[in-house]
Amino acid sequence: MNGPRHLIDILDLTPAEIDGLIARACDIIAHPADYAHLCAGKKLATLFFEPSTRTRLSFEAAMYELGGHVIGFSDAANSSSSKGESVSDTVRVVACYADIIAMRHFKEGAPMVAAMKSPVPIINAGDGGHNHPTQTLTDLLTIWREKGRLDRLTVGFCGDLKFGRTVHSLISALSRYPDIRFVLISPEELKVPSYIKDVLKQKNLEYVQTTDLEAVMPELDILYMTRVQRERFFNEEEYLRLKNSYILTPDKLRTAKRDLSILHPLPRVNEIAVTVADDPRACYFRQALNGKFIRMALILKLLEVE
Amino acid sequence: MTIDSIKNGIVIDHIPAGRSLEIYHYLKLDRVDCSVAILKNVVSEKLGRKDIIKLDEVLDLNYDVLGYLAPDCTVNIIRDGETVEKRHLQLPDRLVGVIACKNPRCITTIEQGLTHIFKLTDRANGIYRCIYCESKA
Ligand SMILES: [Zn+2]
Repeated sequence: MNGPRHLIDILDLTPAEIDGLIARACDIIAHPADYAHLCAGKKLATLFFEPSTRTRLSFEAAMYELGGHVIGFSDAANSSSSKGESVSDTVRVVACYADIIAMRHFKEGAPMVAAMKSPVPIINAGDGGHNHPTQTLTDLLTIWREKGRLDRLTVGFCGDLKFGRTVHSLISALSRYPDIRFVLISPEELKVPSYIKDVLKQKNLEYVQTTDLEAVMPELDILYMTRVQRERFFNEEEYLRLKNSYILTPDKLRTAKRDLSILHPLPRVNEIAVTVADDPRACYFRQALNGKFIRMALILKLLEVE
Repeated sequence: MTIDSIKNGIVIDHIPAGRSLEIYHYLKLDRVDCSVAILKNVVSEKLGRKDIIKLDEVLDLNYDVLGYLAPDCTVNIIRDGETVEKRHLQLPDRLVGVIACKNPRCITTIEQGLTHIFKLTDRANGIYRCIYCESKA
Protein backbone atom coordinates (compact mmCIF):
# COMPACT_ATOMS: atom_id res chain seq x y z
CA MET A 1 0.00 0.00 0.00
CA ASN A 2 1.26 3.46 -0.87
CA GLY A 3 1.20 6.07 1.86
CA PRO A 4 -0.67 9.34 1.45
CA ARG A 5 0.67 12.20 -0.64
CA HIS A 6 2.13 15.12 1.35
CA LEU A 7 3.32 18.61 0.43
CA ILE A 8 6.50 19.48 2.30
CA ASP A 9 8.57 21.30 -0.34
CA ILE A 10 7.27 23.04 -3.47
CA LEU A 11 9.53 20.77 -5.54
CA ASP A 12 7.51 17.75 -4.31
CA LEU A 13 5.07 18.79 -7.06
CA THR A 14 5.94 18.43 -10.74
CA PRO A 15 5.29 21.43 -13.02
CA ALA A 16 2.39 19.43 -14.52
CA GLU A 17 0.87 18.95 -11.07
CA ILE A 18 1.26 22.67 -10.33
CA ASP A 19 -0.46 23.46 -13.64
CA GLY A 20 -3.25 21.09 -12.58
CA LEU A 21 -3.67 22.85 -9.22
CA ILE A 22 -3.77 26.24 -10.94
CA ALA A 23 -6.41 24.99 -13.41
CA ARG A 24 -8.43 23.58 -10.50
CA ALA A 25 -8.19 26.87 -8.56
CA CYS A 26 -9.38 28.80 -11.62
CA ASP A 27 -12.32 26.43 -11.96
CA ILE A 28 -13.17 26.90 -8.27
CA ILE A 29 -13.14 30.68 -8.78
CA ALA A 30 -15.45 30.34 -11.80
CA HIS A 31 -17.83 27.76 -10.28
CA PRO A 32 -17.66 27.97 -6.47
CA ALA A 33 -21.05 26.28 -6.01
CA ASP A 34 -19.75 23.08 -7.63
CA TYR A 35 -17.18 22.78 -4.86
CA ALA A 36 -19.25 23.81 -1.86
CA HIS A 37 -19.89 20.27 -0.61
CA LEU A 38 -16.98 18.21 -1.98
CA CYS A 39 -15.37 17.82 1.44
CA ALA A 40 -18.58 17.29 3.42
CA GLY A 41 -17.83 15.05 6.39
CA LYS A 42 -14.05 15.60 6.12
CA LYS A 43 -11.94 17.32 8.74
CA LEU A 44 -8.82 19.45 8.36
CA ALA A 45 -6.59 19.77 11.44
CA THR A 46 -4.58 22.97 11.62
CA LEU A 47 -1.63 22.32 13.93
CA PHE A 48 0.02 25.67 14.42
CA PHE A 49 2.92 25.23 16.83
CA GLU A 50 3.78 28.83 15.98
CA PRO A 51 1.05 31.42 15.49
CA SER A 52 0.40 32.67 11.95
CA THR A 53 -3.09 34.01 11.85
CA ARG A 54 -3.39 34.76 8.15
CA THR A 55 -2.03 31.40 6.97
CA ARG A 56 -4.29 29.55 9.39
CA LEU A 57 -7.36 31.55 8.39
CA SER A 58 -6.61 30.90 4.75
CA PHE A 59 -6.51 27.13 5.34
CA GLU A 60 -9.64 27.21 7.48
CA ALA A 61 -11.60 29.33 4.99
CA ALA A 62 -10.48 26.95 2.22
CA MET A 63 -11.80 23.89 4.08
CA TYR A 64 -15.09 25.59 5.04
CA GLU A 65 -15.70 26.61 1.42
CA LEU A 66 -15.31 22.96 0.44
CA GLY A 67 -18.02 22.03 2.95
CA GLY A 68 -15.56 20.44 5.41
CA HIS A 69 -14.80 21.01 9.08
CA VAL A 70 -11.76 22.34 10.89
CA ILE A 71 -10.18 21.32 14.20
CA GLY A 72 -6.80 22.22 15.69
CA PHE A 73 -4.79 24.70 17.71
CA SER A 74 -3.24 28.04 16.88
CA ASP A 75 -0.38 28.26 19.33
CA ALA A 76 1.99 25.67 20.84
CA ALA A 77 1.21 26.99 24.33
CA ASN A 78 -2.27 25.47 24.02
CA SER A 79 -1.10 22.12 22.71
CA SER A 80 0.42 18.96 24.08
CA SER A 81 3.81 19.94 22.68
CA SER A 82 4.08 22.40 25.58
CA LYS A 83 4.13 19.27 27.75
CA GLY A 84 7.01 17.94 25.68
CA GLU A 85 5.18 15.62 23.29
CA SER A 86 7.08 14.85 20.10
CA VAL A 87 5.90 15.89 16.65
CA SER A 88 5.56 12.25 15.59
CA ASP A 89 3.34 11.38 18.56
CA THR A 90 1.18 14.49 18.14
CA VAL A 91 0.62 13.72 14.49
CA ARG A 92 -0.24 10.07 15.07
CA VAL A 93 -2.88 11.10 17.59
CA VAL A 94 -4.35 13.90 15.46
CA ALA A 95 -4.50 11.58 12.44
CA CYS A 96 -7.08 9.55 14.38
CA TYR A 97 -9.43 12.54 14.25
CA ALA A 98 -8.61 14.35 11.00
CA ASP A 99 -8.46 13.45 7.31
CA ILE A 100 -5.71 15.96 6.46
CA ILE A 101 -3.30 18.09 8.50
CA ALA A 102 -1.83 21.54 7.87
CA MET A 103 1.18 22.04 10.13
CA ARG A 104 3.16 25.14 10.96
CA HIS A 105 6.18 24.70 13.20
CA PHE A 106 9.03 26.88 14.46
CA LYS A 107 11.53 24.05 13.89
CA GLU A 108 12.80 23.41 10.36
CA GLY A 109 11.97 19.96 9.08
CA ALA A 110 9.13 19.31 11.57
CA PRO A 111 6.48 18.74 8.85
CA MET A 112 8.79 16.22 7.19
CA VAL A 113 9.10 14.30 10.45
CA ALA A 114 5.30 14.40 10.69
CA ALA A 115 4.94 13.11 7.12
CA MET A 116 7.23 10.16 7.87
CA LYS A 117 4.78 8.97 10.54
CA SER A 118 1.37 10.22 9.40
CA PRO A 119 -1.27 8.00 7.80
CA VAL A 120 -3.04 11.14 6.48
CA PRO A 121 -1.69 13.87 4.17
CA ILE A 122 0.51 16.56 5.76
CA ILE A 123 0.71 20.06 4.31
CA ASN A 124 3.67 22.15 5.40
CA ALA A 125 2.20 25.53 6.37
CA GLY A 126 5.67 26.97 7.08
CA ASP A 127 8.62 25.51 9.02
CA GLY A 128 10.91 28.14 10.51
CA GLY A 129 12.97 29.87 7.84
CA HIS A 130 12.89 26.77 5.65
CA ASN A 131 9.86 26.05 3.41
CA HIS A 132 6.41 27.48 2.88
CA PRO A 133 5.10 25.73 -0.24
CA THR A 134 1.50 26.97 -0.08
CA GLN A 135 2.80 30.55 -0.20
CA THR A 136 4.71 29.64 -3.36
CA LEU A 137 1.57 28.05 -4.87
CA THR A 138 -0.28 31.26 -4.01
CA ASP A 139 2.41 33.31 -5.76
CA LEU A 140 2.29 31.07 -8.85
CA LEU A 141 -1.52 31.24 -9.08
CA THR A 142 -1.31 35.03 -8.76
CA ILE A 143 1.26 35.31 -11.55
CA TRP A 144 -0.86 33.01 -13.71
CA ARG A 145 -4.04 35.01 -13.12
CA GLU A 146 -2.33 38.36 -13.65
CA LYS A 147 -0.26 37.37 -16.68
CA GLY A 148 -1.94 34.32 -18.18
CA ARG A 149 1.37 32.42 -18.21
CA LEU A 150 4.26 31.23 -16.04
CA ASP A 151 6.93 31.42 -18.74
CA ARG A 152 8.53 34.27 -20.74
CA LEU A 153 8.66 36.66 -17.80
CA THR A 154 11.18 39.04 -16.29
CA VAL A 155 10.73 38.63 -12.55
CA GLY A 156 12.25 41.11 -10.10
CA PHE A 157 12.77 40.15 -6.46
CA CYS A 158 13.42 43.10 -4.17
CA GLY A 159 14.46 43.49 -0.53
CA ASP A 160 15.75 40.77 1.74
CA LEU A 161 16.81 38.03 -0.66
CA LYS A 162 19.14 36.38 1.83
CA PHE A 163 16.68 35.26 4.50
CA GLY A 164 13.46 35.48 2.48
CA ARG A 165 12.28 31.87 2.22
CA THR A 166 9.34 32.87 0.01
CA VAL A 167 11.86 34.28 -2.45
CA HIS A 168 13.98 31.11 -2.50
CA SER A 169 10.98 28.83 -3.05
CA LEU A 170 9.49 30.99 -5.79
CA ILE A 171 12.86 31.15 -7.58
CA SER A 172 13.15 27.33 -7.45
CA ALA A 173 9.58 26.91 -8.70
CA LEU A 174 9.91 29.44 -11.54
CA SER A 175 13.29 28.07 -12.61
CA ARG A 176 11.42 25.06 -14.04
CA TYR A 177 9.56 27.19 -16.62
CA PRO A 178 11.13 28.35 -19.91
CA ASP A 179 12.41 31.86 -20.60
CA ILE A 180 12.27 33.27 -17.12
CA ARG A 181 14.74 36.05 -16.42
CA PHE A 182 15.50 36.86 -12.81
CA VAL A 183 16.41 40.35 -11.57
CA LEU A 184 17.67 40.17 -7.99
CA ILE A 185 17.51 43.57 -6.28
CA SER A 186 18.91 43.87 -2.76
CA PRO A 187 21.48 45.60 -0.59
CA GLU A 188 24.92 43.90 -0.63
CA GLU A 189 24.26 42.49 2.85
CA LEU A 190 21.07 40.74 1.80
CA LYS A 191 21.95 39.16 -1.56
CA VAL A 192 20.58 35.69 -2.42
CA PRO A 193 22.62 32.84 -0.93
CA SER A 194 25.16 31.20 -3.20
CA TYR A 195 23.31 27.89 -3.40
CA ILE A 196 20.39 29.64 -5.12
CA LYS A 197 22.76 31.21 -7.63
CA ASP A 198 24.34 27.78 -8.16
CA VAL A 199 20.94 26.39 -9.13
CA LEU A 200 20.40 29.23 -11.60
CA LYS A 201 23.87 28.73 -13.10
CA GLN A 202 23.47 24.95 -13.36
CA LYS A 203 20.21 25.41 -15.24
CA ASN A 204 21.76 28.12 -17.42
CA LEU A 205 19.12 30.64 -16.38
CA GLU A 206 19.60 34.30 -16.98
CA TYR A 207 19.85 36.46 -13.88
CA VAL A 208 21.22 39.85 -12.90
CA GLN A 209 22.04 41.15 -9.45
CA THR A 210 21.71 44.82 -8.65
CA THR A 211 21.33 47.20 -5.73
CA ASP A 212 19.31 49.72 -7.75
CA LEU A 213 15.56 49.13 -7.97
CA GLU A 214 14.86 52.24 -10.02
CA ALA A 215 17.40 51.33 -12.69
CA VAL A 216 15.79 47.98 -13.49
CA MET A 217 12.15 49.00 -12.98
CA PRO A 218 11.32 49.44 -16.72
CA GLU A 219 12.32 45.82 -17.52
CA LEU A 220 10.09 44.07 -15.02
CA ASP A 221 6.90 42.09 -15.68
CA ILE A 222 6.65 41.01 -12.03
CA LEU A 223 8.01 42.78 -8.95
CA TYR A 224 8.09 40.61 -5.82
CA MET A 225 8.65 42.81 -2.77
CA THR A 226 9.89 41.59 0.63
CA ARG A 227 10.67 43.45 3.79
CA VAL A 228 14.13 44.65 4.76
CA GLN A 229 14.11 44.09 8.51
CA ARG A 230 16.02 46.21 10.97
CA GLU A 231 17.38 43.19 12.85
CA ARG A 232 19.24 41.98 9.74
CA PHE A 233 21.67 44.91 10.02
CA PHE A 234 24.62 45.36 12.30
CA ASN A 235 23.89 48.99 12.95
CA GLU A 236 20.97 51.35 12.81
CA GLU A 237 22.78 53.78 10.49
CA GLU A 238 23.24 51.21 7.75
CA TYR A 239 19.62 50.20 8.03
CA LEU A 240 18.35 53.77 7.81
CA ARG A 241 20.64 54.53 4.89
CA LEU A 242 19.46 51.50 2.92
CA LYS A 243 15.85 51.00 3.77
CA ASN A 244 14.52 53.87 1.64
CA SER A 245 16.11 52.45 -1.50
CA TYR A 246 13.95 49.36 -1.09
CA ILE A 247 10.68 51.02 -0.27
CA LEU A 248 8.30 51.05 -3.19
CA THR A 249 6.68 54.44 -3.80
CA PRO A 250 4.45 55.79 -6.60
CA ASP A 251 7.44 57.86 -7.68
CA LYS A 252 9.64 54.79 -8.28
CA LEU A 253 6.82 53.21 -10.29
CA ARG A 254 6.79 56.04 -12.85
CA THR A 255 9.08 54.15 -15.22
CA ALA A 256 7.47 50.74 -14.65
CA LYS A 257 5.55 48.82 -17.32
CA ARG A 258 1.83 49.57 -17.44
CA ASP A 259 1.09 45.89 -16.89
CA LEU A 260 3.63 45.30 -14.12
CA SER A 261 2.32 43.04 -11.32
CA ILE A 262 3.46 43.88 -7.80
CA LEU A 263 3.39 40.94 -5.39
CA HIS A 264 4.09 40.77 -1.68
CA PRO A 265 3.64 37.77 0.63
CA LEU A 266 2.22 40.09 3.34
CA PRO A 267 2.14 41.36 6.02
CA ARG A 268 3.69 44.53 4.67
CA VAL A 269 4.94 47.05 7.18
CA ASN A 270 6.61 49.95 5.45
CA GLU A 271 8.29 48.45 2.40
CA ILE A 272 5.47 49.55 0.12
CA ALA A 273 4.01 53.03 0.50
CA VAL A 274 0.34 52.88 1.48
CA THR A 275 -0.66 54.89 -1.61
CA VAL A 276 0.66 52.13 -3.91
CA ALA A 277 -2.26 49.90 -2.90
CA ASP A 278 -4.55 52.09 -5.01
CA ASP A 279 -2.44 51.39 -8.10
CA PRO A 280 -4.12 48.66 -10.18
CA ARG A 281 -0.70 47.03 -10.59
CA ALA A 282 -0.62 46.19 -6.87
CA CYS A 283 -1.91 42.61 -6.60
CA TYR A 284 -1.08 41.71 -3.02
CA PHE A 285 -4.65 41.70 -1.78
CA ARG A 286 -5.75 39.66 -4.80
CA GLN A 287 -2.76 37.44 -3.96
CA ALA A 288 -4.14 36.84 -0.44
CA LEU A 289 -7.49 35.82 -1.94
CA ASN A 290 -5.72 33.47 -4.37
CA GLY A 291 -4.13 31.81 -1.34
CA LYS A 292 -7.52 30.47 -0.30
CA PHE A 293 -8.37 29.12 -3.77
CA ILE A 294 -5.06 27.33 -4.31
CA ARG A 295 -5.33 25.77 -0.83
CA MET A 296 -8.80 24.50 -1.78
CA ALA A 297 -7.33 22.92 -4.92
CA LEU A 298 -4.48 21.42 -2.88
CA ILE A 299 -6.78 19.95 -0.20
CA LEU A 300 -8.87 18.30 -2.96
CA LYS A 301 -5.78 16.88 -4.63
CA LEU A 302 -4.26 15.44 -1.44
CA LEU A 303 -7.62 14.01 -0.34
CA GLU A 304 -8.01 12.58 -3.86
CA VAL A 305 -11.45 14.16 -4.23
CA GLU A 306 -12.31 14.42 -7.92
CA MET B 1 50.23 -8.76 16.66
CA THR B 2 53.13 -7.63 14.60
CA ILE B 3 52.76 -4.31 12.89
CA ASP B 4 54.24 -5.36 9.57
CA SER B 5 52.22 -8.36 8.67
CA ILE B 6 48.89 -9.73 9.81
CA LYS B 7 47.55 -13.14 8.91
CA ASN B 8 43.86 -12.36 9.07
CA GLY B 9 42.51 -8.87 9.37
CA ILE B 10 41.95 -5.47 7.83
CA VAL B 11 44.42 -2.77 6.82
CA ILE B 12 42.95 0.68 6.28
CA ASP B 13 45.59 2.39 4.19
CA HIS B 14 46.07 5.88 2.72
CA ILE B 15 44.32 7.71 5.53
CA PRO B 16 45.23 11.39 5.33
CA ALA B 17 47.88 12.07 8.01
CA GLY B 18 46.31 13.06 11.31
CA ARG B 19 42.84 11.61 10.65
CA SER B 20 43.37 8.12 12.12
CA LEU B 21 42.23 8.89 15.67
CA GLU B 22 39.03 10.45 14.41
CA ILE B 23 38.36 7.31 12.33
CA TYR B 24 39.20 5.13 15.34
CA HIS B 25 36.60 7.05 17.31
CA TYR B 26 33.81 7.05 14.67
CA LEU B 27 34.29 3.36 13.81
CA LYS B 28 34.05 2.68 17.56
CA LEU B 29 37.29 0.69 17.49
CA ASP B 30 37.67 1.28 21.22
CA ARG B 31 34.89 -1.28 21.67
CA VAL B 32 36.26 -4.15 19.57
CA ASP B 33 37.96 -7.20 21.07
CA CYS B 34 40.76 -7.64 18.52
CA SER B 35 44.10 -5.84 18.46
CA VAL B 36 44.17 -2.45 16.78
CA ALA B 37 47.35 -0.74 15.61
CA ILE B 38 47.44 2.88 14.57
CA LEU B 39 50.40 4.04 12.54
CA LYS B 40 50.73 7.76 12.27
CA ASN B 41 52.77 9.88 9.91
CA VAL B 42 54.02 7.03 7.75
CA VAL B 43 56.01 8.11 4.69
CA SER B 44 53.93 7.58 1.55
CA GLU B 45 54.80 8.02 -2.12
CA LYS B 46 51.25 9.04 -2.94
CA LEU B 47 50.37 11.31 -0.03
CA GLY B 48 53.71 12.40 1.41
CA ARG B 49 52.54 11.37 4.87
CA LYS B 50 49.67 9.07 5.73
CA ASP B 51 48.11 7.18 8.62
CA ILE B 52 47.30 3.45 8.64
CA ILE B 53 45.00 1.42 10.90
CA LYS B 54 45.46 -2.34 11.22
CA LEU B 55 43.04 -4.80 12.80
CA ASP B 56 43.92 -8.44 13.38
CA GLU B 57 40.42 -9.70 12.70
CA VAL B 58 38.05 -9.28 9.72
CA LEU B 59 35.34 -7.14 11.31
CA ASP B 60 32.18 -5.75 9.80
CA LEU B 61 33.18 -2.10 9.50
CA ASN B 62 30.81 0.78 8.79
CA TYR B 63 32.06 1.64 5.31
CA ASP B 64 29.70 4.62 5.06
CA VAL B 65 31.39 6.26 8.02
CA LEU B 66 34.82 5.43 6.66
CA GLY B 67 33.91 6.67 3.18
CA TYR B 68 32.67 9.92 4.67
CA LEU B 69 35.76 10.55 6.82
CA ALA B 70 38.40 9.33 4.36
CA PRO B 71 36.91 8.84 0.88
CA ASP B 72 40.33 8.20 -0.67
CA CYS B 73 41.48 5.51 1.72
CA THR B 74 41.95 1.88 0.69
CA VAL B 75 40.74 -1.08 2.70
CA ASN B 76 42.69 -4.35 2.34
CA ILE B 77 41.09 -7.53 3.61
CA ILE B 78 43.75 -10.05 4.56
CA ARG B 79 43.16 -13.80 4.88
CA ASP B 80 45.97 -16.33 5.45
CA GLY B 81 48.52 -13.60 4.87
CA GLU B 82 47.14 -12.73 1.42
CA THR B 83 45.21 -9.63 0.38
CA VAL B 84 41.95 -11.17 -0.81
CA GLU B 85 40.07 -7.95 -1.35
CA LYS B 86 41.01 -4.33 -1.98
CA ARG B 87 38.20 -1.82 -1.53
CA HIS B 88 38.33 1.75 -2.77
CA LEU B 89 35.88 3.86 -0.88
CA GLN B 90 33.78 6.78 -1.95
CA LEU B 91 31.47 9.27 -0.31
CA PRO B 92 28.28 7.43 0.71
CA ASP B 93 24.91 8.70 -0.59
CA ARG B 94 23.46 8.85 2.91
CA LEU B 95 24.85 9.17 6.42
CA VAL B 96 22.51 7.67 8.99
CA GLY B 97 23.23 8.40 12.65
CA VAL B 98 26.85 9.40 12.05
CA ILE B 99 26.96 13.16 12.44
CA ALA B 100 24.53 15.59 14.07
CA CYS B 101 22.84 18.58 12.47
CA LYS B 102 24.35 21.85 13.69
CA ASN B 103 21.37 24.07 12.81
CA PRO B 104 19.85 25.24 16.12
CA ARG B 105 16.47 25.69 14.38
CA CYS B 106 16.42 22.07 13.13
CA ILE B 107 13.72 19.66 14.37
CA THR B 108 16.50 17.20 15.31
CA THR B 109 17.34 19.48 18.25
CA ILE B 110 14.04 18.73 20.03
CA GLU B 111 12.39 15.63 18.59
CA GLN B 112 13.14 12.59 20.77
CA GLY B 113 14.44 9.46 19.10
CA LEU B 114 14.91 11.07 15.69
CA THR B 115 17.96 9.77 13.80
CA HIS B 116 20.16 12.40 12.19
CA ILE B 117 20.26 11.66 8.46
CA PHE B 118 22.33 13.49 5.85
CA LYS B 119 22.13 13.23 2.07
CA LEU B 120 25.02 13.78 -0.35
CA THR B 121 23.71 16.65 -2.49
CA ASP B 122 26.89 17.60 -4.32
CA ARG B 123 29.41 14.79 -4.88
CA ALA B 124 31.99 16.98 -6.63
CA ASN B 125 32.28 19.22 -3.58
CA GLY B 126 31.45 16.57 -0.97
CA ILE B 127 28.47 18.50 0.38
CA TYR B 128 26.00 16.78 2.70
CA ARG B 129 22.73 18.31 3.81
CA CYS B 130 20.41 17.39 6.67
CA ILE B 131 17.31 15.72 5.18
CA TYR B 132 15.05 17.63 7.57
CA CYS B 133 16.25 21.24 7.43
CA GLU B 134 18.67 21.02 4.44
CA SER B 135 21.50 22.73 6.35
CA LYS B 136 25.03 21.81 5.32
CA ALA B 137 26.82 19.24 7.45
ZN1 LIG C 1 18.90 19.74 10.30
